[in-house]
Amino acid sequence: MTPEAADVLAAAPDARARYVREFEASAGNGAGQTPAWLRAVREGAIARFAEVGFPTMRQEEWRFTSVRPIADTVFRRADEPVPSGALATAMAPYLLCEADRHRAVFVNGHFVAALSSLAGLPEGVTVGNLAAALGGEADVVQQHLARYARPAAGPFSALNAAFLLDGAFVFVPEGVDVEEPVQVLFLSSPSREPIVSHPRTLVVVERGARASIVESYAGVGEGVYWTNAVTEVVVGDGARADCYRVQRESGTAYHVATTHTHQGRDSVVWFHLVALGAALARHDIVSVLDGSGGLCTLNGLYLLGGQQHADHHTTIDHAQPHCESHEYFNGVLDGQSHGVFNGRIIVRPGAQRTDAKQTNNNLVLSGEARADSQPQLEIYADDVRCTHGATLGPLDERALFYLRSRGMSADAARSLLSYGFGAEILGRMDIAPLRAQLDRLVRARLQRESRRENVP
Amino acid sequence: MLEIRNLHAGVGGTEILRGIDLTVRTGEVHAIMGPNGSGKSTLAQVLAGHPTFTVTEGSVLYEGRDLLGMDPEERAQQGLFLAFQYPVEIRGVTNAYFLRSALNAIRKHRGEDELDPVDFLGVLDEKLKVIGWDDSLMNRPVNDGFSGGEKKRNEILQMAVLEPKLAILDETDSGLDIDALKTVAHAVNTLRAPTNATVVVTHYQRLLNYITPDYVHVLTGGRIEKSGGKELAWELEARGYDWVAAGAVIA
Ligand SMILES: Nc1ncnc2c1ncn2[C@@H]1O[C@H](COP(=O)(O)OP(=O)(O)OP(=O)(O)O)[C@@H](O)[C@H]1O
Ligand SMILES: [Mg+2]
Repeated sequence: MTPEAADVLAAAPDARARYVREFEASAGNGAGQTPAWLRAVREGAIARFAEVGFPTMRQEEWRFTSVRPIADTVFRRADEPVPSGALATAMAPYLLCEADRHRAVFVNGHFVAALSSLAGLPEGVTVGNLAAALGGEADVVQQHLARYARPAAGPFSALNAAFLLDGAFVFVPEGVDVEEPVQVLFLSSPSREPIVSHPRTLVVVERGARASIVESYAGVGEGVYWTNAVTEVVVGDGARADCYRVQRESGTAYHVATTHTHQGRDSVVWFHLVALGAALARHDIVSVLDGSGGLCTLNGLYLLGGQQHADHHTTIDHAQPHCESHEYFNGVLDGQSHGVFNGRIIVRPGAQRTDAKQTNNNLVLSGEARADSQPQLEIYADDVRCTHGATLGPLDERALFYLRSRGMSADAARSLLSYGFGAEILGRMDIAPLRAQLDRLVRARLQRESRRENVP
Repeated sequence: MLEIRNLHAGVGGTEILRGIDLTVRTGEVHAIMGPNGSGKSTLAQVLAGHPTFTVTEGSVLYEGRDLLGMDPEERAQQGLFLAFQYPVEIRGVTNAYFLRSALNAIRKHRGEDELDPVDFLGVLDEKLKVIGWDDSLMNRPVNDGFSGGEKKRNEILQMAVLEPKLAILDETDSGLDIDALKTVAHAVNTLRAPTNATVVVTHYQRLLNYITPDYVHVLTGGRIEKSGGKELAWELEARGYDWVAAGAVIA
């Protein structure tokens, strides 16, 4: 059986029906506190999922990625965790050391106040969980939640919305500058049974405001789990959001995510992402430039080894004129890993003077690793500049010799050159402690890879 | 320090070097001149250990040891340095990080402690001062987007930091403006010591006004056809390489 044929079985109706049944069984839970509009969102979402089910590799958007392992596994939604010293210890490596005053921590999808720290926030700024915000800032939540990453957009965002119970909420009112980064940490701590969480994040940075948000995903322990995350970032006119996303799920995890940023006039978004973990990862990023003069930069790195598979699908939607987008994605692929990058750029009619650049560089360290890269330009305006470029290949022999001629061993030279692919992306990040932490991670990881690679 | 005997080398069956003989003693500066494509860079690369070239005949002794049996990194650790005619760009690795990695690789070999970033900055500052440059290129990726002249200066900076015993400069003067040329020459002269030696590959007598060679060799068709003192460079400037080739045929 071909992988595609095997994959089609993933669409088997029982996987789909399982989630619908689960939804129905839990629909009564918490129905009392849930506002009607949110109930409608959830019901619409499960109806949508019931219609489309899990994707198959026959679908263009999924032709490199089989989600069969996810569809085939029976996941349970984990109960609320008991905060413990063990959890606090487990989360420590993922914190931002010197910049760690504002953080919201979620374990298996549940907010854990005891592990969070919401000290020293400027007046009017909220960092916390959505469930609480439904009490306080219900109108802001209602105005934005599920409006951008719409449940109809795909089966996974539909599932996320259907099972939306809680999530992170960051609200920065007009004109406020949050100087220290806000961290949102989603930890998964599976036990014997496979568990799933559907983390949801809503970030609203109002007109002229400014904030940096670090979203981290990580796993504790050995068990199998699935994270199905959706993040919406709404950036008002003249506002700026610096978003960081670090995916360090455990090696047995599945990670599916959608990030949707929506920008107003003259706003700035930097979205930095580093994907290191998970056996299977799929991340869809949609950035809509919905006001003139906006600037959006996506700066991503994926490091894969062993049997890892990571698929990044980005869409930059130039909906208004005079916007600029830059997209830099680097991949380092070792072992039998497979990296996929699909970069779609849409320039809507009337979006004149669009300036869009995209690059995707893949370093393929092993003969069995594979990279697929495809740009997808859809341009409906005439006065635009769109450029894209992709590279794919092994280490540059000339560079290797250059480094060796300076006294570095072949191993050291290989790891330095691989590190360069990561450092190029990390170098654009502004939060120094985070950059240093990632730099150490990337270096340690690539040193290991290059040593392994050198074993005959 | 360096004894090259009847060196033959080439690429995939094509012979480029056809029997080179050259002896370099400590304290000496040798200039190698010769027309395009005569094999100057090939000689330099073979000495540095470039894997593209195969040595088919002959021997090279460096400080009495078989140079050709060493890996490129071992040659560098033993004090050999090649300033590349075409320096290579290294994606994402800053010049400072690269220099520190190289210096530490060599220090480790010498049994010295590795330098942390702070100590390294001290060393770097001192070398920059010797060469008379600022640190503006230190936080950019190695050679990435550097101008031709900046790349050449950067080779000299690496030489200054790594303090080799035998430096081979492959057309480090090409593409330099007159001030940069003087700085490079000054750097070479500053690093000159009775225990070191330098081989400069150049097309121009100009450089030799600033770096006075003890010997000048003319390489044509993969062989050293003529050797002499620094006057030979002047003669070449006046008469061109054809004169050497013609002379060789008559002799
Ligand atoms: N990797 C290679 N593969 C094939 N031929 C090569 C290779 N490297 C050098 N050659 C050939 O060997 C000859 C000598 O080249 P080399 O670069 O050594 O010349 P050079 O004397 O340094 O010239 P220039 O003054 O132009 O720098 C040339 O004909 C060149 O084309
Ligand atoms: Mg040359």
